[in-house]
Amino acid sequence: MSPDTHRDRTLPILGAVLLAVIVFGPLLPKWALFLLTIALAKGLVSLGLMLQLRAGLVSFGQALYYCIGGYTAGSLGRFFDISDMLLQMICGAFAAAFVALILGFLLARYRGIFYGLLSMALSMILYGLLAKSESLGSTDGINILPSTVFGIRPAQEWVRYVVIVTGCSVAVLATALVHRYLKTPLGRLAPAIKDNEIRVEYMGASVRRAIHVKYVIAAALSGIGGALAATAVGHIDPDMAYWTTSGEFIFIAILAGTRSVVAPFLGAVIFGIIHTTAFDLSPNTWQMTLGISLLLVIVFLPEGLWSLFGRRKAA
Amino acid sequence: MRNLRNLATAVAAALALSPVSVLAQDAAPVKIGVVAFLSGPAASPFGVPARNAAELVIELMNAGKAPAPYDTKGFGGSKIETVIIDESGGTTTQVTEFRNLVQRHNVDLVIGYVSSGSCVGIAPVAEELKKLTNFFDCGTPRIFEDASYKYVFRTSPTSTMDNVAAAMYLKDIKPKMKSFAGINQNYAWGQDSWGDFEASMKHFFPKIEVKTSQMPKLFAGQYNTEISTLLGAKADVIHSSFYDGDLEALLLQASPRGLFKKSTGVLTAGETIMHKLAKQVPDGTILGARGPFGPYAPDNVYNKWFVKEFEARYQVPPTYPSYQMAQAIMGVKLAWEKAQAANGGKRPSNEQVAAALENSTFEGPGGVVKMAIGKGHQAIMETAYGLSKVVGGKVTVTKVKRYPAEKVNPPEGVKAADWIAGGFKQ
Repeated sequence: MSPDTHRDRTLPILGAVLLAVIVFGPLLPKWALFLLTIALAKGLVSLGLMLQLRAGLVSFGQALYYCIGGYTAGSLGRFFDISDMLLQMICGAFAAAFVALILGFLLARYRGIFYGLLSMALSMILYGLLAKSESLGSTDGINILPSTVFGIRPAQEWVRYVVIVTGCSVAVLATALVHRYLKTPLGRLAPAIKDNEIRVEYMGASVRRAIHVKYVIAAALSGIGGALAATAVGHIDPDMAYWTTSGEFIFIAILAGTRSVVAPFLGAVIFGIIHTTAFDLSPNTWQMTLGISLLLVIVFLPEGLWSLFGRRKAA
Repeated sequence: MRNLRNLATAVAAALALSPVSVLAQDAAPVKIGVVAFLSGPAASPFGVPARNAAELVIELMNAGKAPAPYDTKGFGGSKIETVIIDESGGTTTQVTEFRNLVQRHNVDLVIGYVSSGSCVGIAPVAEELKKLTNFFDCGTPRIFEDASYKYVFRTSPTSTMDNVAAAMYLKDIKPKMKSFAGINQNYAWGQDSWGDFEASMKHFFPKIEVKTSQMPKLFAGQYNTEISTLLGAKADVIHSSFYDGDLEALLLQASPRGLFKKSTGVLTAGETIMHKLAKQVPDGTILGARGPFGPYAPDNVYNKWFVKEFEARYQVPPTYPSYQMAQAIMGVKLAWEKAQAANGGKRPSNEQVAAALENSTFEGPGGVVKMAIGKGHQAIMETAYGLSKVVGGKVTVTKVKRYPAEKVNPPEGVKAADWIAGGFKQ
């Protein structure tokens, strides 16, 4: 199971994905570019969820940081006239990480259902606050400025391409860093924490600190994802923090599996495709289609879609 | 290598799942994207009645069975096709699906959106994609106040009108009232409705006392605490912009405690449930229909046609979302045909249809619709209020008063909030 026993292809894969987006991006239809951009944003959040899942923790409130990222991007535009999407993503990451750093002191003490429900409660508090703030558009939300990169506003024809290339570069960089982190001693603790916390403590590591660090990294990733989604969609609303949004991320994380940092992105793309196909083919029962596909994955691929690629190792 | 093959299989599977993109249209049908809630709590009161109206009206238009001037087949002789999409899933989903409608399905125009959040989010995207989009139901006046659009329209009046007219109606029938209270859902619609109503009341009744404003959470379902507070407040009038399920729950819970017998209810969206709850609506409750729809619809040929066909097909009378959808399609049809005539009988471009719809006036089952504000992109209509009266087990309305469109809507270029604060200057 250990990723080191054979050659690790994660970094080349990430590079290839970025290259593919740059080269093939202009050939794809615009709707597909948008779908992929949203998948990228959701994949980042799910990557954060995956970090926690590896330690046996399920957050039902990852949307909290997705929303913080989105509203940070929106506020930069509304109050400071900043529409640069790189800046928005960086600020989104820092804002989310900062909040997570503080809340982490509380959350790192809980496990299991308590961790899940507490994280969900925190995100619903943000939802409630935003729904009451009429200056930020209440539940209707607000529009955010059209995306720019390095002060340049791309032409209408190219804006979707520029957004996805910029988003993908940031996502690939962040994912590579996460991959690197997973190879550090602190990163490797996750499965051990999941298996036996007491043993980890006996070895001299602090479980609480390890979880706290994971929580902050996950939040930063979600913050980037939120800011990317906000600038791509052009609109933010409190629904970004609603528990059903968190549910979507869990759906993607389960669909993808936790074996590789690339898995959440594949999961998000597949989720996007199933979602839009279901919307198309059965506008009245699309939720059922989504549910059935998740059930099928859980029954036949309990370790997620990524196990399609790794099965040989187990054999 | 096997990894690569697996990857290829997965990609192939993903591609197989993705919908086949439809070939670009060759002159023949006009493709309309129709978006409304088909799931969730807003489906039964708004989305489904609207979708039903869309299916009915489009079918009749395709058969050439609508009254003149809507009697040409389809849109200017071209058959209408629809792509129906659920409005659930949040703004990100809606923006994604809007782009899919335009860029994958190549729809010619989009008619839809119940939620103001969807409308706020979609408007700039419609503009980016240069796609004619007509919002049929959402209420917030912000859309055309915060920005101006070339391709975005709304053929229904804003929610400002509902609450301003409610205050005017109270001034007409209860000039001596001394106090009022409110119960509204704690989200944008409820907050805006109460804000507009409160400000209008303070203008018409300078000495009025505001007893209490209850803001329970959306779709809470349980209102006994709020009902107790409202009973204790003893206000002359209670304002509520509740609709459907929440309104039903409120009335069912308030009825045994006699709340709306002690204080007159002003239910600005009361029409959504008036056919269901005859026993729970005490006589004399003020009912609104968000415009001249349902019981307030004028006695014109379009209304007779629409009600007859709707009841024949769905066995229930149409409520206001159905009316709004019908007039949204009718307005666009006229503009399309006008643009087509100006284009020498050839299929008009989105720009030409938009130009024809701008500042246009047309008549539908709810009466005259004037695209008079928001630089000719936002409709104004007259509106009406009346008192409920149960006759033979059915709720009807009496003492109906009608208010002309210009009296209950802000003039061009004035924000609704400023117009109310400035004392309704025309």
